[in-house]
Amino acid sequence: MHKGKGMKFVGDSRVQEKNNKSVYPPDYSEYPGKTEPFWPDFLLKEWMVGAVFLVGYLILTVAHPSPLEGQADPTNTGYIPMPDWYFLFLYQLLKYEYASGPYNTIGAIVVPAIAIGALMLAPFLDRGPERKPLKRPLPVAFMLLALASMVYLTWESVVNHDWAAAKKQGQIVKEVEIDQEDPGYKVYAKQSCINCHGDKLQGGAGPNLTNTGLSPDEIAKIAHEGKGGMPPGQYKGSDEDLQKLAKFISELKAE
Amino acid sequence: MLNKIYDWVDERLDITPIWRDIADHEVPEHVNPAHHFSAFVYCFGGLTFFVTVIQILSGMFLTMYYVPDIENAWKSVYYLQNEVAFGEIVRGMHHWGASLVIVMMFLHTLRVFFTGSYKKPRELNWIVGVLIFCVMLGLGFTGYLLPWDMKALFATKVGIQIAASVPFIGELIKILLAGDATIIGAQTLTRFFAIHVFFLPAGLLALLAAHFIMIRRQGISGPL
Repeated sequence: MHKGKGMKFVGDSRVQEKNNKSVYPPDYSEYPGKTEPFWPDFLLKEWMVGAVFLVGYLILTVAHPSPLEGQADPTNTGYIPMPDWYFLFLYQLLKYEYASGPYNTIGAIVVPAIAIGALMLAPFLDRGPERKPLKRPLPVAFMLLALASMVYLTWESVVNHDWAAAKKQGQIVKEVEIDQEDPGYKVYAKQSCINCHGDKLQGGAGPNLTNTGLSPDEIAKIAHEGKGGMPPGQYKGSDEDLQKLAKFISELKAE
Repeated sequence: MLNKIYDWVDERLDITPIWRDIADHEVPEHVNPAHHFSAFVYCFGGLTFFVTVIQILSGMFLTMYYVPDIENAWKSVYYLQNEVAFGEIVRGMHHWGASLVIVMMFLHTLRVFFTGSYKKPRELNWIVGVLIFCVMLGLGFTGYLLPWDMKALFATKVGIQIAASVPFIGELIKILLAGDATIIGAQTLTRFFAIHVFFLPAGLLALLAAHFIMIRRQGISGPL
């Protein structure tokens, strides 16, 4: 007597078996359970799961706007690259001594190829009929090892990344119109400021001077005393000119 | 009215068997979360497909504004994000969907792995699934460049360097992706755009069709 709907299947699948000597797991009809038609009962439940998922997805979308950094500038040489989070483990792997430099092929090709290859060939490497995880310890152990390595590498990558610097280096800098006829700009160009801060105050060796949010007094103080990598005594002009310069810089704001 | 239209079409095309193949099947108890809550692990595949559909729809709307050109790509994304009504939501869904699809697909892969569902007779479907995984990673990689912002450019530079380090064919892969032996620029952006919106989605849809046809043919794997 045929099982199921009067037919014999390959294993527990719906493909009909050509001979009757089955060595595969039995089909559904051998599991007395509460099967349910896909249409419409089960589909409705799937839609409910989908709706709950969609709510979470939309909350994520509205709570965290997708990031956009400044426009790509190929001339920037100091930018520390960062892939999307799901490639971080690979990015971290390539930082290790025996996976980078002369050994780059190992980190970039050999390890990923083994991982993808083993995943792809899993059904042919793990050929036994057992399906329960505890009854096939080797495949399960290898998968857990791979998972642990990925989690560890991602974690290492995250804790070693300078997130504050990454945020700063990618910020959108709004261009500020520079009035080169302004008396303040003339002082700026005549003094050494322009050498480090650039002809549009966009920065160079020194930081960008637009949108500083500083008052004229604070700027005048920095011009005399320096700040960070800027040595003191850079300004060598009259106090009157310094007033113009400080006022000019403090008023550079993007709308 | 709808029934009449259905009958009219069915009389000519006999579509009922097609409908049966798609929707008329029994769902066994062990995959039904209404009976066993732990069966929610069987939802991951369906949710992956759900996010994929959202990705396709939101991506279609994004291309109504996006310009794949180095002068305007960033500006068009900036405009979309800041000026277009609901642009931030559509781009946000595409951005977060890209991550969610990887997460759900990864969980689905683990479910299939740990329940041993890839075993005979389902080896082929497992291989198609791994190929889908690779295509999704490719979509993530190519999509990352498209906003043409700083992180996009520099992450792509690193990615192309890695591709170039493949023995023997590395240089060819690099030129195929970047459009030039040395420059990552205008050609790279248009190529990544083409790969992201035409080549990979076409491959993805074909693989998904194969994945689903095989599931319907074989049914879902039995309980452990």
